[in-house]
Amino acid sequence: MIQSSSAKTIRSVIAASSVGTMIEWYDFYIFGMLSTTISAQFFPKDNPTAALLSTLAIFAAGFIVRPFGALVFGRLGDLVGRKYTFLLTLILMGGSTFLIGCVPSYESIGIAAPIIVLLLRLLQGLALGGEYGGAATYVAEHAPVNKRGYYTSWIQTTATLGLFIALGVILLVKSNMPDASFNAQWGGWRYPFWISILLVGISIYIRLKMKESPMFSKLKAEGKTSVNPLKESFRKKANFKMVLLALFGAVMGQGVVWYTGQFYAQNFLETKCFISFEQSRTILLWAIAFATPFFILWGWLSDKIGRKWIMMGGMLLAVVTYRPIFQLFLQDTTVPITGLNEKNPQPGIEKITVTRENDSLITTTTPHYHINAGINYDIQSTDTVYADKSKAIGHSKEKAVNKKLDSGLYWKFVGLVFILILYVTMVYGPIAAFLVEMFPTRIRYTSMSLPYHIGNGVFGGLVPFIGLLLTSTYTTDPLVGLWYPIGVAALCFIIGMMYLTNKIDRNIND
Amino acid sequence: MNAFKRYLGLLFLVLAPFFIYELVAGAIANIDMTGKKDINNPVIWIIIIAIFTPIAIGLVIFGWYAFRGEYDQLPHRSKEL
Repeated sequence: MIQSSSAKTIRSVIAASSVGTMIEWYDFYIFGMLSTTISAQFFPKDNPTAALLSTLAIFAAGFIVRPFGALVFGRLGDLVGRKYTFLLTLILMGGSTFLIGCVPSYESIGIAAPIIVLLLRLLQGLALGGEYGGAATYVAEHAPVNKRGYYTSWIQTTATLGLFIALGVILLVKSNMPDASFNAQWGGWRYPFWISILLVGISIYIRLKMKESPMFSKLKAEGKTSVNPLKESFRKKANFKMVLLALFGAVMGQGVVWYTGQFYAQNFLETKCFISFEQSRTILLWAIAFATPFFILWGWLSDKIGRKWIMMGGMLLAVVTYRPIFQLFLQDTTVPITGLNEKNPQPGIEKITVTRENDSLITTTTPHYHINAGINYDIQSTDTVYADKSKAIGHSKEKAVNKKLDSGLYWKFVGLVFILILYVTMVYGPIAAFLVEMFPTRIRYTSMSLPYHIGNGVFGGLVPFIGLLLTSTYTTDPLVGLWYPIGVAALCFIIGMMYLTNKIDRNIND
Repeated sequence: MNAFKRYLGLLFLVLAPFFIYELVAGAIANIDMTGKKDINNPVIWIIIIAIFTPIAIGLVIFGWYAFRGEYDQLPHRSKEL
């Protein structure tokens, strides 16, 4: 049996793997977070081809290319080795992110702009699909038997920390310049993309100094590496049934819990509760900061009591409490539109937008200060004046927007989002060790990468879209979008409880 | 317990086609070339149905394996894979 690495070596292995993976997540997230500005720069809505490319950039990168990247780089990692494969994914990710920040806008180079951005975005998805499996495998294959969950849980913090840094960098850049400068053609929105090259450069330097995984090196020296990892992983029944079990019994539920806690919640606060742009993001930032250490805690605990119960516990809690928690968000941000207890009402502000069809949208926003509920907010209504004068003016219902919570309510919301992310830490903290232990060394990279990226990219990535679909279909229940993550997590919980074992596979050296 | 695991496999065999049916029905109901929302966009539906169909087939295979008792005993060593 191979001796595990020394404490100093394992620390440098974790640092090198985690920093690189975190940067990859950062690179992947900034595109999504800046999607409104990116759309305006590269994908103008009045050009149907550009709009189609935009859809592909958003959806294809997450859903199709990530699992495909898992197959391509997983195979490479099982053939060539972990070290060079996840070095390659890092270079691909960093290079394409930096280049997105350098592409001239649609206004300058026309349709070439969205085509280049789409290609670079697809490269990002491909690289992300190859990164995680490599990092998790690499750390696990260095870790001592009784600390595999603990050490791999550091890798698990990277997806959340990548989100944290992406949010932080964007907020920092945005708060230091006016909106016009941020959104300009060569404006501040490009800085987060350019910063990436610096981060990636440092990470490449660190990773170059690392050695190959000892288990993989041994296999290679003995000539026992897989000749065809894809065939062995997915065409050999004994292994394929474990791939299916990993997907339906663990990763599928983990993916939806992850996306609901870290993306759907923030989106819900902004678009359903109408909390201000800044507060909806800082609430998430605080919650992430408080919850991140729990990844390590659950990883450590999973070495003591097994992986299964912690992951299943997180899923069950999510299934049972999602609706009450989101109901609280709605309840606490419901404010009166009429009969306000107001002080110093401001004059209304009129904004007129002329649309393509020559109709006019008149948006009237009136700031109000509601004393009792602890929320400041604006009241907004939108009227549509049609070019065809025979049509009556369309009046929308007034709604309260741009809500700013007072300190008490703000921290209550931080606490509630913290609970949602705590579930994320329960399902996500032990999963790298769990997946690593399911598959043999010679095909580990390939076998664990595919279910992971289907679970997260497809099941998790679709949480916002299916939520929107349900909300549009069943309009009376504002929480109806939650039935998708609840349903998937419940199904995964049943499969996991029935079919998974809690036994830790101590010997992954085979 | 093993008998229950096997019968549960039958449920997954039925669930998978049901999910695909729901997706196709959702696509037919929501695709609207004049609509401006994401859910009106046929490209998104094509991508989602294309990616979910093999997953649903995977669930059918999982259900079949479960029904056949393939998960009654999980392998303890990688050599069994």
